Amino acid sequence: MAKAIVVTSGKGGVGKTTTTANLGTGLAQLGHKVCLVDADIGLRNLDVVLGLENRIVFDLVDVVEGNCRVRQALIKDKRFNNLFLLPAAQTREKDAVAPEQMRELIKQLKEEFDFILVDCPAGIEQGFRNAISGADDALIVTTPEVSAVRDADRIIGLLEAAEIYEPKLVVNRIRPDMVRKGDMMSIQDMIDILAIPLIGVVPDDEVIIISTNKGEPVVLEKKSKAGQAYRNIVRRLEGAEVPFLELEDKGVVGRLMSLLGMGNKQ
Amino acid sequence: MFDFLGRLLRGSDNSKNVAKERLRLVLIHDRSSLSPGLLDSLKEELIEVLSKYMEIDESGLEVNLDEGDDSVALVANIPVKQIKRKV
Repeated sequence: MAKAIVVTSGKGGVGKTTTTANLGTGLAQLGHKVCLVDADIGLRNLDVVLGLENRIVFDLVDVVEGNCRVRQALIKDKRFNNLFLLPAAQTREKDAVAPEQMRELIKQLKEEFDFILVDCPAGIEQGFRNAISGADDALIVTTPEVSAVRDADRIIGLLEAAEIYEPKLVVNRIRPDMVRKGDMMSIQDMIDILAIPLIGVVPDDEVIIISTNKGEPVVLEKKSKAGQAYRNIVRRLEGAEVPFLELEDKGVVGRLMSLLGMGNKQ
Repeated sequence: MFDFLGRLLRGSDNSKNVAKERLRLVLIHDRSSLSPGLLDSLKEELIEVLSKYMEIDESGLEVNLDEGDDSVALVANIPVKQIKRKV
């Protein structure tokens, strides 16, 4: 049964596009047929994160307006032939698409693919409403900041109103050293506040910037912790139970304590 | 400056607790907005329950969320015509 998942956050710049690119690539790596839809019309970015920016001919608005067929607009990934991107239009406004058209498009894509991941624009206006139409599930990306968590809370309410229940939380850019010092909200703090289930924790990692520079998703980097975090989310999307990464670097004393069974469990 | 004083008074010197507290207050307000649809159904059910015990003036019924600095209260003003002697 095909599944359409919207990746959303409310606040901009928390890592929606990076998350979408990595989860899509990760799912494709495991053999699923995946379509990534960039619903951020006017601010197209998923193509660059995937390194596919030179291959775009048609876009989402072309499909919706009937200028081309869906197949013609889909761009095949460089690395996996079961991964496709439907790029956003760059020179159009967000209202070039209506929720009803999105719903129809997603329905069409579901016949062809196992997973459809929709990269949602920031904000809660038309672009957001378009992106969530047709989605079965939602992932909410947040960072451990007051503004991002606040917006996430708002989004949870709006999704509920649109009858998308129990979105899953992705906490991005966590810095274990800062959490330990008490200068960053912990995962548990955010789960307590938002009251939705956690599906992944991605550590703040320079490797992500490097991989975005190159247009190669970090999920393919075997040794990277962030890559491992994304691979774990992918497995959870498949329905597997995967323990969360031990991100906390406890320091020498802490490690000794937990070796002796004295450390407090996180 | 106030932040600093606040920290001293609360006895917590880490910014995470400040963040959590600010978030808590902000969300109380954000979450307190009730959609008109929900407010209407709340009113209807209130009337239904109250009518078992008293006769109320439905036209004068007022139900609102009142926002304070760090709390939100449901304030209802319900004119009673007559109390019933038996349920």
